[in-house]
Amino acid sequence: MTNPIFADIQASIDSSPVLLFMKGTPMFPQCGFSARVVQILKHVGVPFKTVNVLEDAEVREGIKAFSNWPTIPQLYIKGEFIGGCDIITEMYQAGELQTLLSDKGISQDSAA
Amino acid sequence: MAMTASEIEKLIKSAFPDAQITIEDLAGDNDHFAATVVTEAFRGVSRVRQHQLVYAALQGRMGGELHALALQTAAPE
Repeated sequence: MTNPIFADIQASIDSSPVLLFMKGTPMFPQCGFSARVVQILKHVGVPFKTVNVLEDAEVREGIKAFSNWPTIPQLYIKGEFIGGCDIITEMYQAGELQTLLSDKGISQDSAA
Repeated sequence: MAMTASEIEKLIKSAFPDAQITIEDLAGDNDHFAATVVTEAFRGVSRVRQHQLVYAALQGRMGGELHALALQTAAPE
């Protein structure tokens, strides 16, 4: 049976090339792991949208089943699940995140 | 309810008997861990899938009684 919240989650993912499910907002992250991914995205200089899972308990639980991933934050790029905090950090440090964004045609602010 | 490092290791080991596992209790509070898991099972497997396999080995505890487990996964060199 499909969870009805999945349609809302998919709509969020489709709404931006880079979408982060997080706890809190970029200005006021409510969790250190979410804060770290926000920092990385800002540093890479890529525009992104966020969904605050703390505002909606259904999304907060639903996204875990949707992605088959038990924790928040979760990063989607062009509709593809990229990973959580550890994977994003590893990819950023290896330069892979920047390469992936370029490959997907998402421009990064080189000044960052 | 927290988990000990040895419980975490046992669960991962039962899913990946060949794995080299190191677990660090980051804050000394049995709540924030960092784990490195190196196993042949990860060869040719995407990073997302590797982490999903470890989460599966933890049988739903991740995100529940296990609040924070920073993961690094790899196939042996």
